[in-house]
Amino acid sequence: MSYLALLRLAGPEMLVVLAALGALLVDLAILRDQPARIRRWLGAAIAAAGCLSAGLYILNVPAYGRALDGMFVADPLTQMVKLVLLGLTLLTVLLSVEADFTDHISEYFALLLLATTGMLLMTSAEDLLPIFLALELTSLSLYALVALRRQDLAATEAGLKYFFFGALAAAFALFGFSLLYGVTGATGLEAIAKALRGRGFDPLLAAALVMVMVSFGFKVAAVPFHLWAPDAYQGAPTPAAALVASGSKVASFFLFAKVLLWAFPESAGGAGLTTFRAGWMPVLAVLAVASMVLGNLAALAQRGLKRLLAYSAVAHAGYLLLAVLAVASEESRTGALASLVFYAATYALTAVGAFAMAALAERTGGSDALAELAGLARRSPWLAGGLAVLMLSLAGLPPFAGFVAKFYVFAVALKADAVHFSLLWLVAAGLALSPVALYYYLKVLKQAYVVEPVPGEKQAGSTGAWAEGTVVGLAAGGLVLLGVFPHVILGPIEAAVRAAGF
Amino acid sequence: MGGPAPVILMLPWTIYLSFLGAAALLLIPARRASAARGVALAITLVTGVCAFGGGLAYRPGAELLTLTRVPWIPALGIEYFLAVDGINLTLVFLTALAAVAGVLFSWNVTDRPREFFALYLTLIGAVYGVFLSFDLFLLFFFYEVAIIPKYFLIAIWGSTRREYGAMKLVLYSFLGSALVFLGLLAVYVGALRATGTGTFDLQALAQVAYPATFQRWVFPLMFVGFGVLAGLWPLHTWAPTGHVAAPTAASMLLAGVVMKLGAYGALRAGVALFPEGVRTWQEPLAALAVIGIVYGALVALVQRDFKFVIGYSSVSHMGFVMLGLVTLHEVGVSGAVLQMFSHGIIAGLLFGVVGRMVYDRAHTRELEELAGLRLSRRLPFAAATFVVASLASMGLPGFSGFVAEISVLIGAWQSLPLAVGVTGIGIVLGVAYLLRAMQHGFFAGGEAGEINPPGSAVPPLPPITWPEKVGAGMLLLTTVVIGLFPRLLLDYIVPSVQPLVSAWKQGGGS
Repeated sequence: MSYLALLRLAGPEMLVVLAALGALLVDLAILRDQPARIRRWLGAAIAAAGCLSAGLYILNVPAYGRALDGMFVADPLTQMVKLVLLGLTLLTVLLSVEADFTDHISEYFALLLLATTGMLLMTSAEDLLPIFLALELTSLSLYALVALRRQDLAATEAGLKYFFFGALAAAFALFGFSLLYGVTGATGLEAIAKALRGRGFDPLLAAALVMVMVSFGFKVAAVPFHLWAPDAYQGAPTPAAALVASGSKVASFFLFAKVLLWAFPESAGGAGLTTFRAGWMPVLAVLAVASMVLGNLAALAQRGLKRLLAYSAVAHAGYLLLAVLAVASEESRTGALASLVFYAATYALTAVGAFAMAALAERTGGSDALAELAGLARRSPWLAGGLAVLMLSLAGLPPFAGFVAKFYVFAVALKADAVHFSLLWLVAAGLALSPVALYYYLKVLKQAYVVEPVPGEKQAGSTGAWAEGTVVGLAAGGLVLLGVFPHVILGPIEAAVRAAGF
Repeated sequence: MGGPAPVILMLPWTIYLSFLGAAALLLIPARRASAARGVALAITLVTGVCAFGGGLAYRPGAELLTLTRVPWIPALGIEYFLAVDGINLTLVFLTALAAVAGVLFSWNVTDRPREFFALYLTLIGAVYGVFLSFDLFLLFFFYEVAIIPKYFLIAIWGSTRREYGAMKLVLYSFLGSALVFLGLLAVYVGALRATGTGTFDLQALAQVAYPATFQRWVFPLMFVGFGVLAGLWPLHTWAPTGHVAAPTAASMLLAGVVMKLGAYGALRAGVALFPEGVRTWQEPLAALAVIGIVYGALVALVQRDFKFVIGYSSVSHMGFVMLGLVTLHEVGVSGAVLQMFSHGIIAGLLFGVVGRMVYDRAHTRELEELAGLRLSRRLPFAAATFVVASLASMGLPGFSGFVAEISVLIGAWQSLPLAVGVTGIGIVLGVAYLLRAMQHGFFAGGEAGEINPPGSAVPPLPPITWPEKVGAGMLLLTTVVIGLFPRLLLDYIVPSVQPLVSAWKQGGGS
């Protein structure tokens, strides 16, 4: 394959990288003495232009194919996921326009774009080497982003914690990958599957599989690998936290499902109480149920919006793992992939909106404590309405997208084994915890709508914050639209899944 | 069949206009906020016209009429499917009446009126949506939409322990929803396995022959899940606290209409789909219903808070609905549907009197304190309304409650004779607690002539306003008319219940 064809396939990634370099160069060459506001605006404009052009490229250039023996793959499904990722980065960029937390403005936007590039590459990688490279590119950029506020003790701690956990996860990934290579002599996912055919589930394979799953468990913040998440969310600059919680989640889940399905189709095992069989399904099932339980229960005790969102993210990771589980079964595979993408995309949109709310509370009220939101409905009914949409969508209530997404994932999980309903216990656990989740989301809304503010204090939403407000509005609007007319995006996602050959 | 008159297509507009009205209310400028109640009244009146105008075009005894049917989420076989038969039409009528009455009884809401009425209309729209949906997913969609307005209505505008009551109510509702959610998924997958196509169309689902074991575990999920919202004992505890904490209009709607959502869901998604499941669980569920009737009445007998009396009476009366639903008998199920209508009207009236007429004036609901106020003299209209509503609630002949409850008991007589016997105790207790409340609340205390003794500092109570009189009159009239001419509704209800019954009889041999 010629380099030109490879360039054509990897056009979106190229455009994003170019934008990252552009942002760095422009700032370095001509903007060093300008006020921070202008530098932020220009950096954001370049970053947005990069994301937009990459998005337009995907929409207008139908370049599909496998390059370098599966090292880089572009099919309708990966392109769909990339569109989602680019949209999320775009929202993050918008969120950063007014966020005044660092002097390293161009570096900030460059890191944001590099992380995005890593996520885009994650979606397209079907070989252990590019998978590891993409994971590391994303992770390293995100570590730096989280620790960007160097003077702040909490941010430094968060960055360090994130980095240590991440480094450990990377070590696990590498160890697992090397064992896999040792077992199969291949690095391509499909080649691995071919080499494993008929081999059964021996201890060496189990060790490799578990190590790979540990590293992904870290990326998606599933219990018990979630410990970094609350601190990282809390300490990171809020726009960066938004990207960690949204784009990074989408890409990781997609890649997670892909690795399990492509490389280990015969090692799935069974996760039902009566159909238990060793493999990756029981491991995932345990991770899922632990994430749902611990995430939801820990979120109950939180007083800050960002920490609450972190634990809610853990809980949602549990729900998303259900979709990954359903990928294993032939009957539900199409639906499982579609529901995975739909759930991840709508969840990520909600997360960006919710972090925008946290950023707004921090900027106009001084902190992200829930108490800052007291009386928001009187000060700014529209923001409060947006917050209500976000929280209720996270709780999975209609008419918001979270409801349809949850329903779809659960339906697919049951469909995976319509004879024994072997995943029923997981679905039941998820549903049993949903009133718990509703309780803490309503606690947020209670602050906004019911509690009266303490007079004389600085309140969230008392002054304008158009960038954050716009992101909240866009996210809320999107969630209503997708909740009432889910087919608008569900249709294309299903079509893409089918076109990609499932 | 010659096709329905186009005027019946006004029915879906009850949903759309309510939601549009809610949005419109939020757009009223702040300085005109007091216009909100007028707008809300206008909207509920127009939706009422749509409900009755469209509904009366439906001939009693006709079959199911499709109003709208378009694909909605093809990935899961979900359709936007609205249809009407005699059962849901009855409940649409109820909603229309309760909606107008609720606005009239909240004419004095001055705190954030735009948001209050917007949430109120959202709730109404969702209720209409549940009743008109014939796609199970759509029904559940609207059912869940109805949860959130309840929380805010109670938590912001409520009274006694409002935040606790609101949270408890919402979490109980959501717990019920979780059971229903699971049932819904099971039905979908079960139908998929049996027929090969995923659908939520209630008619199609009713045709599917689910295996008996499947029915035995899915039916209780549906029935109990929806039953939570219908106040099924022992999951009823949200109802009294929630009703007491709620502002008047919300408690009228909660007891009057929202509890019916649960019963309606239990009928459509439980009893109508899983005859074998009903047969298996008939006796335990009937026992729960009867315990609810007796227990609710007993607890109502010892309450000190006037509103708690009415709250527990709702639990008791909803027990009749649940009992009727599991009779598997034409008269019993028809009686259950009629009881939904009747209790909706009567409970709305009772809550209106206690919450608006009495509490907003006397600022207490403690029966002991009310006993000293001699309200029968000072608020004669309230007293008279309460007496008539109580008589209706006791199930005296001539009121709608009598026909409904006697039908339920007749239906239950064959298969559940013991239940009928125990229910008799509940009826007697019903008379007792209402008489007690009536006596303490309105007629007790003081010698004649001591009403406003010279020198006492009792300020005169503000007189009953016209919106209250109109609202109360409307509901009173309804219960009397239906009590005297129950066929007005039974002609709608019975022909739509019959197909269900014949389906049970066919399934009986298997």
